[in-house]
Parts: sequence; structure tokens; C-alpha cells
Amino acid sequence: MRALIVISFLLAFVLMVVPVSFQWRWCRPEFVVLLVIYWAMFTPQHFGLGAAWLVGLFQDLLELAPLGLNAMAMMLVAYISHLVYQRIRNYVFWHQALWVFVLIGIFGLFSSWLSSFMGQQVGTPVFLVAALLSSLFWPFLVILMSRLQVYFRLLQ
Amino acid sequence: MVILAALALALLLVGRYTTWLEPVRSKLDLLSMPFYWVTNIPHRLSEWIDTDWVARQELEKENKLLRNQIRVQESRLQQMASLVAENLRLRQLMNSSEIVQDRVLVAELIGVSPDPLVHKVIVNKGSNDGIYVGQPLLDAFGLMGQVVSVTPYTSQVLLITDNSHAIPVQVTRNNVRTVAEGVGDLYQLRLRYVSSTMDIKEGDILVSSGLGGRFPVGYPVAQIESITYDPGEPFATVIARPAAQLDRSRHVLLVFSEQSDFMVR
Repeated sequence: MRALIVISFLLAFVLMVVPVSFQWRWCRPEFVVLLVIYWAMFTPQHFGLGAAWLVGLFQDLLELAPLGLNAMAMMLVAYISHLVYQRIRNYVFWHQALWVFVLIGIFGLFSSWLSSFMGQQVGTPVFLVAALLSSLFWPFLVILMSRLQVYFRLLQ
Repeated sequence: MVILAALALALLLVGRYTTWLEPVRSKLDLLSMPFYWVTNIPHRLSEWIDTDWVARQELEKENKLLRNQIRVQESRLQQMASLVAENLRLRQLMNSSEIVQDRVLVAELIGVSPDPLVHKVIVNKGSNDGIYVGQPLLDAFGLMGQVVSVTPYTSQVLLITDNSHAIPVQVTRNNVRTVAEGVGDLYQLRLRYVSSTMDIKEGDILVSSGLGGRFPVGYPVAQIESITYDPGEPFATVIARPAAQLDRSRHVLLVFSEQSDFMVR
């Protein structure tokens, strides 16, 4: 399970830095946050707040952002996921995706607050587009991950 | 949760108000660079195919084209040489210092910052190649930005359009000096403190003025696109378009200028 978590994050980090043109950067889905939410909801026993924090810190390095910015936002998202996972795991996919949209929206809001605190000028809330696009990925992620876990005979 | 949140906040505060994190950061950046390297593989592959798997006819065609281009450039350069000599003579007459030819290093863009608010790019040359913080970056058309952080193999460059960046410039037509700052838009720079009486027109070319000692003198920066005078505002709103192709250039030049080298030391 640990290995699957690590490999999935490595892949997500690669997806986060795939070069796209400057104009379309704001449409990039938040793959890493998506995975943080997935692991925090479906295997909270393997993925705690500390792990989410470390993942966020690495995303800071990757995004050339100030250290601690994504770490903070990522940990907040993981914390909320830990609070609500028992309910959300039982919802149907589109309902889960709605929740994921809200959670990634919270992530975007929080990280743009922090970056405006760090002296960056923040304009219109474009992070909502990224949140919407990432929530569309949610059902596919859940299906893919459960298939993988069945295939490798990993315990939930 | 509380401890981790406090730790993150502490990191943010330390990063905001001090420079203690910078050495740690440039070490840690080494960890993230492999990801940029991996995402760059398809491009390198296609470039390799482009260069190695070309038909002979196409190569011949390209060769011919390049030869012609060289001929044209050489004839221009001849003119240039005499101009340079003349310029030097005139400068000596005026007892001003000679302009030293800048040394350049060709680098390649390997990544773009994923954060849409930040205009930073990553190039494939680092401190092992002698790159230092503050070094200017050019493409074939103009100034692109300056190096803000180096690792041994890569370096991060802040573009002139980032909204935390400003560059001293002057108009080529009449040497009026002003400051061009980024607004977070790739196609726009805004000029600061342009009074309504300043002699500035649409279409004017802005070059770096060399004030501040960071950028070398005379590299093209932008062209004035629009000027709006609002009687209610103390200064005119002047928008310029960067000369460099910030979203297209892949091969870039890092300039070693004597002046800024001295400043860093």
C-alpha cells in the first residue's frame, strides 16, 4: 500500500510539471490535491496529516512557491477529509465529485490567501476552473485505484 | 495538526521576512529538478528525431538556406564592425569607458512554473556552468528576465512580466528614463511614474538603461503599445509589449556582463 501511495504521488508530481503554455497554466487540474483527498478518505490509516504536509512541502519545491504554502493548504484539505470520510465514502460518484470540488476549492482559496500574504498579487479566482476540472477526474481516479488495489491484493 | 500548521506558518514567515531559507532552498530544489527533467524527455526525443532522422534533401535545403542567411548576416556584420570602431573612437574622444562585449552562454528552457500566478521558468544551466543569481537572460528578440535561484545543474529565472519584477529602461528615441514593471500578464509591461508631460509615444522602443547595475545597457525590452492620460491620475498609464517572445522561446542566452559580475562579488 505504501508503495502504491508513493508511486501515485510521483506520477502526480510529474503531471504537475508537464510543460503547458503560459496562458493555459490555470486550467491544469490539481492532481496532487486530488490524490491527497483520495488517500486521506480511502486509507486514512496509511495517510495522515504529516504525510499530507510533506507532500505539500514537496509541491512547494516543485511549484517554486514559498516553502510552507502548499504544505499548509494540503494539510487543511487532508484534515477536512479525515473528518468527513465516513460519510463521503458512501456517496455516489457525482456526489463525491461535488465534495471534491468544494475541497479543492478550499485548497485553492487557502493557497491564494497565503500567496497574497506572501506578497503575490492575486487576481480573479481562476483556481475554481482547476477545481472543477480536477473534480471531473475524481470518479476515474477512484475506479482506477480500487482496480489497482484489487489487482495487487492490497487490504483496504 | 496544530504543530504542523504552526511549522508551516513559521516557514512562511521566515521565508517572507528573512533570507535564511535561501541556501536550504537551493539544496532542496535539487530534489524537484528530476521531475522537470522527466517531463522534458518527450521534447528531447522529438528534437533528437528531428535532427537525426532527416532526409538528405531536406538537409541540403536547410543548408542552402542557412548559407544564404550567413551571407546576409556577414554583410551586415561588416557594416557593424566599422560602426563599432567608430563608436569606440567617439567614446574615447568623450573620455567615457569602453563598452565591453558581453559573453553569453546558450541554455535551454526545461520547465515553466506550474503556479499560474508566478512567471518563472527553469533553464538547464546552473552554478556548474558559472550561472549566478541576478544574471540576465535573453532570447533572440530581447530581454526575458533574471536568474533568481541556482542549483548546480539548473537555474530559475524570474521573467520581466512577473508582478514582482521591475526593470529600469530608457526610450531609444530620446533617452527618457523610466521603470517598466510586470503586471502578471505575459504580453504587458506597465511603465511607472510617467508624468503627462513626458515625451513618450506609441511605438517607442524601450531598451534596458543599465541603471541599478543588474541588467546590461542597451538590450531591447519592450515597445510602447498604448498611452492613456487620465486627468484624475497623477501619472499616465503606459502599456508596453515585451520584445522577447516569453511564451515561445526555447533556446535562450545567459549574459555574463562584467558590470553585474562585479556587483555580485
